[in-house]
Amino acid sequence: MSGTYLGMPSFPEAARDAVRDVTLRGNLRRATHTIRDKRAGAVAELDDWGRLREAGKRIKDHTLRHLDRYLVQVEEAVTAAGGTVHWAADAAEANAIVTRLVQETGESEVVKVKSMATQETGLNEALEAHGIRAYETDLAELIVQLGKDRPSHLLVPAIHRNRGEIRDIFRSEMSEWGRPAPEGLTDTPAELAEAARLHLREKFLRARVGISGANFMVAETGTLVVVESEGNGRMCLTLPETLISVVGIEKVIPTWRDLEVFLQLLPRSSTAERMNPYTTMWTGTTDGDGPRAFHLVLLDNGRTDTLADEVGRQALRCIRCSACLNVCPVYERAGGHAYGSVYPGPIGAILSPQLRGTASAIDASLPYASSLCGACYDVCPVAIDIPEVLVHLREKVADQGGKGHRLERAAMRAATWLLDHPAALTAGERLASKTRKLHPERLPGPGARQWTNSRDLPDLPAEPFRDWWKKNRA
Amino acid sequence: MRVALFATCVNDALYPSTAVATVKVLERLGVEVDFPAEQTCCGQPQYNTGYRRATEPLVRRTARAFAGYDHVVTPSGSCVAMVRDNYPRIGAKALAEGRGRELSGAAASLVPKTYELTEFLVDVLGVTDVGAYFPHTVTYHPSCHGLRMLGLGDRPRRLLEAVRGLELVELPGAEECCGFGGTFAVKNADVSEAMGDDKIRNALSTDADVLCGADNSCLMHIGGMLRRQDAPLRALHLAEILASTEEEPLR
Ligand code: SF4
Repeated sequence: MSGTYLGMPSFPEAARDAVRDVTLRGNLRRATHTIRDKRAGAVAELDDWGRLREAGKRIKDHTLRHLDRYLVQVEEAVTAAGGTVHWAADAAEANAIVTRLVQETGESEVVKVKSMATQETGLNEALEAHGIRAYETDLAELIVQLGKDRPSHLLVPAIHRNRGEIRDIFRSEMSEWGRPAPEGLTDTPAELAEAARLHLREKFLRARVGISGANFMVAETGTLVVVESEGNGRMCLTLPETLISVVGIEKVIPTWRDLEVFLQLLPRSSTAERMNPYTTMWTGTTDGDGPRAFHLVLLDNGRTDTLADEVGRQALRCIRCSACLNVCPVYERAGGHAYGSVYPGPIGAILSPQLRGTASAIDASLPYASSLCGACYDVCPVAIDIPEVLVHLREKVADQGGKGHRLERAAMRAATWLLDHPAALTAGERLASKTRKLHPERLPGPGARQWTNSRDLPDLPAEPFRDWWKKNRA
Repeated sequence: MRVALFATCVNDALYPSTAVATVKVLERLGVEVDFPAEQTCCGQPQYNTGYRRATEPLVRRTARAFAGYDHVVTPSGSCVAMVRDNYPRIGAKALAEGRGRELSGAAASLVPKTYELTEFLVDVLGVTDVGAYFPHTVTYHPSCHGLRMLGLGDRPRRLLEAVRGLELVELPGAEECCGFGGTFAVKNADVSEAMGDDKIRNALSTDADVLCGADNSCLMHIGGMLRRQDAPLRALHLAEILASTEEEPLR
């Protein structure tokens, strides 16, 4: 099941089970609340956070406006540094390029740094179909892969799992992929980490091909940057002979100087750290040090279309810090899987329907997967106005008039007509008030039934305010 | 000073007592209140559900209704947020689509003069003690629009703290959304209920008699859940607490 999201039910359906899963909700609640409190503390330490945020936003906007130019600059710089650049219009093309590159090395195993882009394209499954095994080396990704599961968080893909579940997965699955879990493994964090370390070390030492994503690409030098906490990524980026990086075209920033802004914004927003433990940077290839061959696959996969949308394009500023997930009340209850993509939470709700279009049930429902509370916008380090984009995408979905939306449109038009005719509105309000004793407590009909399942309707007043005003003040 | 009351459609039809309370508080402070009968709804439900074009007649209507006034006051934070954040967007989009210079002018005209009740009391009138009396334990839920879009800050708290007899208690997780979100409550009923449940659990843990808010749409959701569960806590709009006095206490 991992990797493929085709045929997902709509968000409300997908969320239904998660909402009732007490363990899942407990796991999510604990994890998101801890990290959100820590983030608030880490951000409060900087008195120029507001300016950093503005700078991050502007650098990204500027880059996106001149994306064509900066991408060509990246290509030139990477090539000059001894790397090879490939352009992939969509997921299938990216997977085909990577598969071919791996096949050319003659290897049938690769190690991977956690990479959202290759999750997005379903690379592991594509490689598997050609007899190539891809091993995830990020601890949380490893848990997801071993558990034949899907990631449910940008940064902590196994956030929905607790320690006991992880121990069980290690015990039953590790042997199938390599070194088995130690005898009598318990669920203490130290033992779990050690089991993962031993398991992964074998992979690192054996692997001759590494596959990564990147957090940033610096146009002026062709440098790629991966920011991480565990150091596993650095192993993948330095030990193999061949390194293939699959990177979304929106990850480019113009200069080294710009990096300074994001290396402050990202760790504090995501892990609440002042600085992330490992920042690995590589520029092409270097004799006698690191991989001898370097390939950069630049992935579009819907990004150019997103860029064309004036309101929606701000989603491409995202640096995948996951702060918006950790404060989102909907994510906290529905869990990451309900969003039907590698990008869950508020950013997923605006990014997936743009990258994939809104034809499927899940993509058409994502713009509505929010109460528009605005918490995501508040914490976003690059000031993406997620509520604004959600409403904008709702308009697109409503315009396309799919299931339910035709009726809804008619109802909205009728409401507008009524609200644009105060006399009729007043008559309606008066009628409702006069007949208020007759109103049932639970209502039939789609919307009303949902409402009165768990809530009482307010008592209708004896008269609308208009009438009070007329009697008492006019 | 003469101000126009923007009662809002929800208050007009379902919570007239909140609009009446707003009138009384303002009048008690020496403000002359008008209710332009042309007004209906700001268009927020339509807009937030994705029917932007359907809001345009309501933007025009609202602007027309309040054209003659310097100040428009409303006891609904989310309607103010709609005017402030979204009216300019609606106007700009209409312009971009080659329609409605008039519409964008109308939208823009409302932005600087539309105030949420607590903003108007604290910022324009400069009062926090409105002479109210309400001998109850109260906990305050800051609705998302007031909290994050308008940045009401501690204005509501300062008003409540000045009410004689009132004991204000902290609501745990106050800044979290209650799960209403307009049509969200219907389209994502399960998640909305789960959010509402947590809000109510937190509210009940305070042992307050009253959960106070400044937006009746959220209170309709929270209050409706409280009543369904027969909880010993009632949801009440801030304006009604501020209108309550020793001579005329809120029952
Ligand atoms: S949208 Fe903003 S807060 Fe959310 S992951 Fe992206 S950068 Fe972080």
